[in-house]
Amino acid sequence: MISIRNIHKSYLNGQNSLHVLKGIDLDVAAGDMISVMGASGSGKSTLLNILGILDTYDQGEYILGGVKIKRLNERKAAQLRNRMLGFVFQSFNLISFKNAMENVAMPLYYQHVKRKKRNLIALEYLDKMGIREWAHHLPNELSGGQKQRVAIARALITQPKVILADEPTGALDSVTSLEVMDQLHEINKSGITMIIVTHEHDIAARTRKTIRITDGLITDIVEN
Amino acid sequence: MFELDQWQEIYSTVKKNKLRTFLTGFSVAWGIFMLIILLGSGKGLENGIQWNFKGGATNGVWISSGVTNLQYKGMKIGRQIRFTNEDYNLLKKTVPGYDLMSARLFMGNNLTSYKNNYGNFFLSPCHPDYGIIKELTMVQGRFVNNIDIHDFRKVAVIGEKVKAALFKGTDTAAIGKYLNINGVLFQVVGIFRDFSRSDNEQQRIYIPISTAQRVFNGNNVINQISFTTGSASQEQADKMVNVARTVLSTKHVVDPKDDRAIEIWNKSEDVRRFAALFSGIRLFIWIIGIGTIIAGVVGVSNIMMIAVKERTKEIGIRKALGATPVSIVMLIVQESIVITAFAGYIGLVMGIGVLELISRNLPPSEFFRNPEANLGIAFGATVLLIVAGTVAGLIPGMKAAGIKPIEALRDE
Repeated sequence: MISIRNIHKSYLNGQNSLHVLKGIDLDVAAGDMISVMGASGSGKSTLLNILGILDTYDQGEYILGGVKIKRLNERKAAQLRNRMLGFVFQSFNLISFKNAMENVAMPLYYQHVKRKKRNLIALEYLDKMGIREWAHHLPNELSGGQKQRVAIARALITQPKVILADEPTGALDSVTSLEVMDQLHEINKSGITMIIVTHEHDIAARTRKTIRITDGLITDIVEN
Repeated sequence: MFELDQWQEIYSTVKKNKLRTFLTGFSVAWGIFMLIILLGSGKGLENGIQWNFKGGATNGVWISSGVTNLQYKGMKIGRQIRFTNEDYNLLKKTVPGYDLMSARLFMGNNLTSYKNNYGNFFLSPCHPDYGIIKELTMVQGRFVNNIDIHDFRKVAVIGEKVKAALFKGTDTAAIGKYLNINGVLFQVVGIFRDFSRSDNEQQRIYIPISTAQRVFNGNNVINQISFTTGSASQEQADKMVNVARTVLSTKHVVDPKDDRAIEIWNKSEDVRRFAALFSGIRLFIWIIGIGTIIAGVVGVSNIMMIAVKERTKEIGIRKALGATPVSIVMLIVQESIVITAFAGYIGLVMGIGVLELISRNLPPSEFFRNPEANLGIAFGATVLLIVAGTVAGLIPGMKAAGIKPIEALRDE
């Protein structure tokens, strides 16, 4: 599903160039569930951004579901993100003035799905996540766990190939974290590839494979 | 492109920032309001002047004889020039491409009576064309015609005011009745209305010039010749006037530059002068108005810029979820158009309302009457507003489209 070869990425910081990724090779099979661990500044977020087509890379090759991702224009990148990828963030990133259902329906809006239809689909996904009764609440009326479930529903609604989760449990208490992880497992079982960036060992331990990044390089791959 | 969702978006951001939106909208509304008031006032001024021009074709030329004011070919100043039928016939032959022509005799006020009603009315003998040159509207009957001229008929065309003065009570049908003008009986064949501003011109009696010359002074004297230039161009019209001047000054041996001996009033020149003046005023008003609107647009643009800044995170999320740059630009531009158009429309309505109030309550004067903003102006203003809204939203929109999701979504 995902294949990256010798990815390099540097950030220009004034006169200094910061070499963040120094040649990453990684293959993720379809339906796999892996976690990426590493100290802050190790480059794990940069890697996730590149995988999510939110950032570009300087060197190497990235193939996502058979599509070569290189020098795409913004429109094409947006469409690929919309159809292939789902994002789950640590801070949920819900739109504050839209209710849970509208937030979930948002990706379909950019696929030009009619309002009524996309809201119906959104309700279906909220139902799957067990929070249908909260559909008409604004994000600030929801608990952290509920917000993350809304975010997961939003990531799922386009039936993406890959879900990229950046510290999905980082803002949640341990009980809720476990529940969210259970749900992510459920989703993985339905065949969606899952990449989770985390610094919590017990979260990482629940994935099939853990990749450790140190200083811009993959230093360790552990099968759990 | 305006889906319900987008209306909701706009509504929700406007609702979050009521005061800010109001102040921004106010500057646009004020700009349009001022533009409408200025344009309406300009129109009022123009209407006032145009009203002064009423009662006489705008392409008319009036030629009167007077007293020489310049020495010419050894002849002294102060010579009285008199036109005769010869001059009229000469101009008919020589003026190239004129449309209508008439001579007139000035006979002053004459005692006129019908049965026991008496009045003093201005008697104005003329040719048939004069009715059109003077832009008279026939209310009843007809104007002087060629047969009247040819047969020296004693017929009269009277103004509505004359009719009202002479035909009173039950005896109201004037056509066919005989008036006694200075001891001579004339049959009324028509009643006219003159839209001139001057009341005197409604109290006239027009009779055939041939009849007048035979009945009242037995001469071939005339006082004034007028003609219209038809649809001739400015140069052609000027040429007609010059030919008339040359022909008449040669015949009467006066200096062609002597504008007292032969007085020519070319109305189209006045009309042209005022038209130029008003197009100047209009241009000036649009410049001021558009300047005011630009100030409003800069305000809207500024506010949209702040809004984009505030919504950085939201826009980042949208982009991560698959929003294309074009859709982000549209999001901002549409909001800008809605604010601008809505506020501008309020300004437009208020401006037209104020003009309406002025026009109803201000007594019309010689120089200012009926200030108005017509449909063309309203349409122009609407187009201007939409363009302005687009321009105001474009730069903030581009800025929004340039937001990088990774920077917008950074958790810190």
